[in-house]
Amino acid sequence: MGEVYVVTSGKGGVGKTTTTANIGAALAMEGNSVVLLDADIGLRNLDVVLGLENRIVYDLIDVVEGACRLKQALVKDKRFDGLFLLPAAQTRDKDAVSPKQMQDLCNELKEQFDYILIDCPAGIEQGFKNAVAGADKAIVVTIPEVSAVRDADRIIGLLASNDLHYPELVINRLRIDMVKRGDMMNIEDTMDILGIDLLGVVPDDENIVISTNRGEPVIATRNSLAGKAFINIAKRIQGFDVPTMDLDEDSSIVDKLKRLFGIGKK
Amino acid sequence: MFDFFRFFGKEESSSKNIAKERLKLVLIHDRANVSPKFLDIIKGDIIKVISDYLEFDVDEIDIRITKVQNGESDYSSALVANIPIKKMKKIGKNSG
Repeated sequence: MGEVYVVTSGKGGVGKTTTTANIGAALAMEGNSVVLLDADIGLRNLDVVLGLENRIVYDLIDVVEGACRLKQALVKDKRFDGLFLLPAAQTRDKDAVSPKQMQDLCNELKEQFDYILIDCPAGIEQGFKNAVAGADKAIVVTIPEVSAVRDADRIIGLLASNDLHYPELVINRLRIDMVKRGDMMNIEDTMDILGIDLLGVVPDDENIVISTNRGEPVIATRNSLAGKAFINIAKRIQGFDVPTMDLDEDSSIVDKLKRLFGIGKK
Repeated sequence: MFDFFRFFGKEESSSKNIAKERLKLVLIHDRANVSPKFLDIIKGDIIKVISDYLEFDVDEIDIRITKVQNGESDYSSALVANIPIKKMKKIGKNSG
C-alpha cells in the first residue's frame, strides 16, 4: 500500500512543481514506483518541468470521467524506471473534479504505487480542496520571504482542518550569501515562525532554471546542490536518517575556514 | 560554526530580523482570525464567570486577540475584552 503526499504552499511560484518533480524522480531513482499527479487543472506545468509534455494522450479528468482507463493516462518517464505522470487537464475547469473523485483516484493509485505525489495548485480554493482530499501526508514548500511564509502558515492551518496534522516543511531557494549577511531569514527563523518539522532545505541554484529549460529533473545534474538536497529529501521520506546538509549554510569562505579547522566537507 | 559568523553580523537592524518581526505580528492577526470558534468558547466562559458579579448586554461584548506593543520593537498578543457594564450586582459590591 502506497502513501499519498500532497505538495502545497499557498503562494504560487515558490517551487511546488519543481519540488514534486524532483522528489518524485529521486524516489524512483532509489527503486520505488512513483506517480506524480498534477492537480493544477487548467494551469498544468508538471508535464513541461518533467519534459513529458509531448507524450500526453489522456489526463486526470479523462480518468475520473471514465473516458479512459487509469493505465492509459499514465505517462511513463523513460529516464527514471518506475516514474509516471498523471497529467492535469489543461482545457477544463477546476470544478470538473470533486474531492470524492480525487479520494477514489488516490486509493486506486495507492494499490499500484509506493508513492503518489500530488502537485497542488496555488491558492486555497477548490483546487486546493481537491488536491488534499486524498492525501495521507502533506509537504509544505516555502521560500524565506514574508509573503511565502505567511501563506505557508495559512496553509498549515487549512491542512489541519483537513485532517493533515503534521505537515513537513521544505524551505526552498535559500540563499546562503544573503543569510550570512542577515538579509534573508535562515532555517531557524523560518521554522521558529511556522512551527512544523523540517523535511529539507533546498539552496537557490541556477541549475534549476537550466534543467527546467531542458525538461530534466535537477537531480540528474551532477554537482547541483539543489539536486543533492532533493535526493536527501527523498531519502528522508523513505525513512532514512539523513542529516540536514551543513553544506546548505556553506559558502566558499566558510568551506575554507572549515578546512582550516579540520572539519572539511564529506 | 554559524554562530561564529553571526557574532560579526548586525543582528538587530538586519533586514531578516525586520522580516521576522513583521511576520510574527501579521501572523498573530492571521491566526486569531482563522478561529472564531476559539473566541466564542472564551467568550462563553468569561460570561459564565462574570455574570455573577455584573449585569451586561451579551450582544455588546467584544472579545478579540490583538497585538500590543511592550517596547520599541517588542510586541506580543493580548486578549482584549470590552464588556460595557449595565449595573454592578450586589455580590460585586463587597467593599463595604
